[in-house]
Amino acid sequence: MSDQLIAETVEIKGFAGDDIEAYFARPTGPEKYGSVVVIHHMPGYDEATKEITRKFAYHGYQAICPNLYSREAPGASSDDAAAAVRARGGVPDERLVGDVRGAADYLLAQSASNSKVGVIGYCSGGRQTFLSACSLDIDAAVVCYGAFIVKEPPPELPSSAKSIIHLAPNASCPILGLFGADDKYPGVDEVAQLDAELTKHSKEHEFHIYEGAGHAFFAVDRPSYRPEAAKDGWEKIWAFFGAHLAG
Amino acid sequence: MCTYATEHVEITGSGKGANGWFRVSEASVYFDHPANAPLEHSLNIDFLQPELGASARVAVELDAASAGRLARAILSTLARVPDGLSGS
Repeated sequence: MSDQLIAETVEIKGFAGDDIEAYFARPTGPEKYGSVVVIHHMPGYDEATKEITRKFAYHGYQAICPNLYSREAPGASSDDAAAAVRARGGVPDERLVGDVRGAADYLLAQSASNSKVGVIGYCSGGRQTFLSACSLDIDAAVVCYGAFIVKEPPPELPSSAKSIIHLAPNASCPILGLFGADDKYPGVDEVAQLDAELTKHSKEHEFHIYEGAGHAFFAVDRPSYRPEAAKDGWEKIWAFFGAHLAG
Repeated sequence: MCTYATEHVEITGSGKGANGWFRVSEASVYFDHPANAPLEHSLNIDFLQPELGASARVAVELDAASAGRLARAILSTLARVPDGLSGS
């Protein structure tokens, strides 16, 4: 496999046909490639998420990260955009699904696409990945520490995010879940409930809970980074996407 | 915590951002993951002028103890303001 890749900012059609910004990275070899939509975390369409997007291209996937905050803050820096979206209560679920659909369609339309597409998301993007898996026809989904899938946010933490566990019967693809044992959002009880719900509906899934890790253990630029959990998590991701998206 | 739990406060004054001074009309206060501070969580304050767009923002991210000291300092400073000056 070649490690050559191209990464660039593109414009794609999102929810309601809106033009939104996205970061697109792809290998430059002659093969057909599986595709991955990367859903950024709540702090936004930032340098760390673009680095993750390039990592998928390095590993032989076409990857795209839509800027979910394009509408609220066109041209603003990622942290200013995240602050603006926070002040307005977050991204509506319906719009998120439309944006992910647009990103997946963009990847599938590439001549190098092998017609398979997965989704991965971190933090709030973890919940949005589960939402995407239950709303769109995709081939694989990786949920990284997504909270508020099972439980509503507690009253002292009002959030626009609502429980979506009732969507589990609609899951269209296998789901890999990666969580930290020390995380409170989601806590291990919430992870266990999600695990049980997917089992109840005979939905293929594989969950891993890492001891000594909390929320955002993949984030290399934050104190929450846990190298051992992250390294093993990446290996799980390559095996999972390799089984469901490659070839 | 990854929530949108945010206190919004109407304010009157000015802040200095990347492009100089501008009037601020709103502050957002929340406790969540910081964008820059080397903390897992921080007390974040954004001084904003939404009419000027998302970039019209003065941001600070403080650890919880610092935020508490700042809040107490603001209140104690205001308590010492002589009568008749606070409305000016």
